[in-house]
Amino acid sequence: MTTTTVTNILLVGVGGQGTLLAAEVMSEALMAAGYDVKKSEIHGMSQRGGSVVSHVRFGQVVHSPIICEGDADIIFGFELLEAYRCLSFLKPNGTVIANDLRIPPPSVLLGKEPYPGGLAERIKASGAELILVDGLKLATEAGNPKAANTVLLGALSQRLDIDERYWQAALEKMVPAKALAVNQKAFQFGRAI
Amino acid sequence: MKEMLSGNEAIARGAYEAGIKVASAYPGTPSTEILENIVQYKEIDASWAPNEKVALEVGIGASFGGARALVAMKHVGVNVAADPLFTLAYTGVKGGLVFVTADDPELHSSQNEQDNRNYARFAKVPMLEPADSQECKDFTRLAVEISEQFDTPVMLRTTTRISHSKSVVTLGEPAGGLPAPALERNPAKYVMLPGNARIRHRFVEERTDRLADFGETLAINRVEMRSTEIGVITVGVAYQYVREVLPEASVLKLGMVWPLPAGLIRRFAAQVDKLYVVEELDPFIEDQVKAMGIPAIGKEIIPICGELTPAILRTAFNLPQTATTEPERLPGRPPNMCPGCPHRGVFYTLNSLKAYVTGDIGCYTLGFMPPLSAMDTCVCMGASIGNATGITKVVSPEERQKVVAVIGDSTFLHSGITGLLDMVYNKAPATVVILDNRITAMTGRQENPASGYTLMGEETFQVDLAQLCNTLGVQHVRTVDPYDLADTKRVLQEEMARPEPSVVITQRPCVLIKREGAFERGESQAVDFEICSGCKACLKLGCPAIIWQPSEGERGKAMIDPLLCTGCEVCAQLCKFSAIKALR
Repeated sequence: MTTTTVTNILLVGVGGQGTLLAAEVMSEALMAAGYDVKKSEIHGMSQRGGSVVSHVRFGQVVHSPIICEGDADIIFGFELLEAYRCLSFLKPNGTVIANDLRIPPPSVLLGKEPYPGGLAERIKASGAELILVDGLKLATEAGNPKAANTVLLGALSQRLDIDERYWQAALEKMVPAKALAVNQKAFQFGRAI
Repeated sequence: MKEMLSGNEAIARGAYEAGIKVASAYPGTPSTEILENIVQYKEIDASWAPNEKVALEVGIGASFGGARALVAMKHVGVNVAADPLFTLAYTGVKGGLVFVTADDPELHSSQNEQDNRNYARFAKVPMLEPADSQECKDFTRLAVEISEQFDTPVMLRTTTRISHSKSVVTLGEPAGGLPAPALERNPAKYVMLPGNARIRHRFVEERTDRLADFGETLAINRVEMRSTEIGVITVGVAYQYVREVLPEASVLKLGMVWPLPAGLIRRFAAQVDKLYVVEELDPFIEDQVKAMGIPAIGKEIIPICGELTPAILRTAFNLPQTATTEPERLPGRPPNMCPGCPHRGVFYTLNSLKAYVTGDIGCYTLGFMPPLSAMDTCVCMGASIGNATGITKVVSPEERQKVVAVIGDSTFLHSGITGLLDMVYNKAPATVVILDNRITAMTGRQENPASGYTLMGEETFQVDLAQLCNTLGVQHVRTVDPYDLADTKRVLQEEMARPEPSVVITQRPCVLIKREGAFERGESQAVDFEICSGCKACLKLGCPAIIWQPSEGERGKAMIDPLLCTGCEVCAQLCKFSAIKALR
C-alpha cells in the first residue's frame, strides 16, 4: 500500500495562534526537500478563536490530502487541550510535540466547566511519546513571544529527516523580513530540545 | 518551476496563464482566495461585486466584449447568480468564460450542503471538476478553451477540500496572441427575446450532444486499468480517497462531470467485474450510469451527506479500520466574535430587550451562540429583512414590536437593499439594524462598497448607508456607536416601539481591519480584584478577553487578559461596581 510510505503530521491549535503559517513553512521545506506534499485545512469560522486543524502529508506520492483517525505519525500541538482533543488521530506509539500552553475555551472563560487537568499525563498514558515544549518562554528569550510556533517547528525539525537548509529557506520565504532574525533564533532554540 | 499552491491559488494562476482579462466575485468561503490571489497578476482587472449575480453579469459583459473572463463564488452564491447563468447558457460567449462554483460538503462554513453539479445539468452548461491543485490550474485554462470552442460558459466545480488543500503545482507560461477586445454587435445571439432564444435553445441542446462526444476522448476523462476485479467511477477529491484506499482498483476518473461520456463509461463498465461509483453528496454520476442500464453500486454504501474520507471508504468497502476510541467529553472550542468586536454589545442589548432577531450571514451570525444567544432565524444572504417583514405580517401588534432584523454592511449591500425597499413599500413595522463595520469581515476582511476601497486597493466612493436608507423611503434612520451601550439600548428601544419601518445603523470599524487609522485600540482594561464582587455580569458578553477565575470556597473573580483586550470598554459599562478600569 502506498500509505506506508507517507508520513502524516496533524497540526492543531487555536484560531489566531499561527497554526496555518506553521503548516505553510513545513510544507515549503518538505517540497524543497523533494517530497510530494499535500496540506489541508478548513478556514472560515476557525479564524475566530475556534479549533484549527491542519493536515500535512508527505512521501513519494501522496493521494488523500487528509489524515484519518489512527494514522498520524506526529501530532504537533500549539495548545495542550487541542493536542489532547486530537489524540485519536495518533498512530499507536506515535509522537506528540506540544506547546505547554493552556488557552481557556469559552465554557471555561464563563466558569461553566474547568480546563481539564493532567493532560500531559493522559497523553503519556495513551502510549504516546510526549515532547512538551515551553514555547512561550523560549520565544520570549529569542526576542518575541509570538515566535513560539517557530520554537516548536525547530523541535519538530529535529525529528524529520530533512536537511536544515530547507527549513531555513522556508523560513526566509514565509516569515516577514523584519521578524526573520527572531524566528531564526527561535528555530534554533527549538532544535536544541 | 514548482510551487505549493492551494486549489484557489492554482485557479488564480490558471486564470493568469489562460489570459483572463476580467475577474469578478463576491467573497464566500471556500472561494474567497481565488480573487485575492488573482490581484497579484496585474494583467487582470479583478473586482469584488456587491453580489454574485452582479459578478456574473460583469463577467458576461467582459466576455461579450471579447475578453476572457472568470467569475467565482461559493455554492450558495450560484443560487444568487442563477438568473443570468441560465440565459448565458443560451447566448454563449465571445471571450471564454469560466464560472467557478466552490462547494462546501460537510458545511464547514455554509448554511446548506447543495451539490452544484446539478446546476450544470439544469443550466445545460459543461462542468469540469479538478482533483488537486495541479488540475485546478490546468482545468481553468482548459475551461477557457472549451468555452470558446463550444460557445458556452464552462463551470469549474471545486469543493472545500480542493479549494483549501495545498499540493505541488508546475507553473506554465501565459497564453499569447489573444484577439484584442472590441465591441461587436450580434443581437440575434446576445438579445434573448423569445424569438432569438427559441433558436438558441436548439443550439444549446445540440451543443450538449457535441460536448458529450468531445468528452469521449477528452484526456481529463481518464481510465486507469489495474485489477479488473473492482472498477470505480469517481471524480474530484473522492478520486484521491479511492487511490488511497483501493490502490489495486481500476478507476475511471472523470474530469468533466457534465455531460458524461456514455461510451467511455460503457467500455469501462464492461472491463470490470464489479462497478462502483464513488462521489461526494448527490448520486449525480450514479443516477446517469444507472439510467444507461449499467448496474453499479453507489449510495447503497457511500454516504449522501457530508464529506467523504478515506476512513469512510474503508468502512464502505469492508476494509480493516484503525480502531478508534470513544470520544471523551472535553470543553468545546466554538468560534467567537473577536475581543472588541463592535457587534457584541448590540447582541447583548438585543438579548436584554428580548428581541426576536431575524439574522443574516456574516460574523454576526455568531450572535446566535451563548451567552449572547440573540438570533432566532438565519436563512441566506439578505433574508433577515424579508423574514422580519413576513413575521410582522402575521403576529400580534405587541409581538411585532419585538421583531428586529440584523444585517451587516456587506450583506445589506449584497441583497438587503431590495428587502428594505419592500419593507418600506409594504409598511412592515419592523426595525432593521445594519451592523456597519466597514468591511466584509467573515470571509477575512474584503473591501466592499461601504469600505471606500476596491479589491485592487484603490480609494473609491464610499456609499452612505444612512442616505441610501433615506432614499429607499425609510423615515427613521439613526446612527449609533455600538460601544456606547446605554445609547444603543435607548435608540433600539425607541425604534422597536415605533409602529413604522426604521433603521438603526451601528457604526464602528471591525477590529481586524489593518489599514492605518481604521481601527484604533483603546486602553487595555483590568479588573480591580478588591472591588469585583464576582457577580459575573461582564461574562454575559462572552468576550474572549474576560476570564473567570474560580476560587476555592469563596466567590471567584473576573480577570481581563491584557494581550487580548482592545480597550472597547463595553464590559466596564456593565460593571455596577466600577471594578473594570483602564490598566495603568
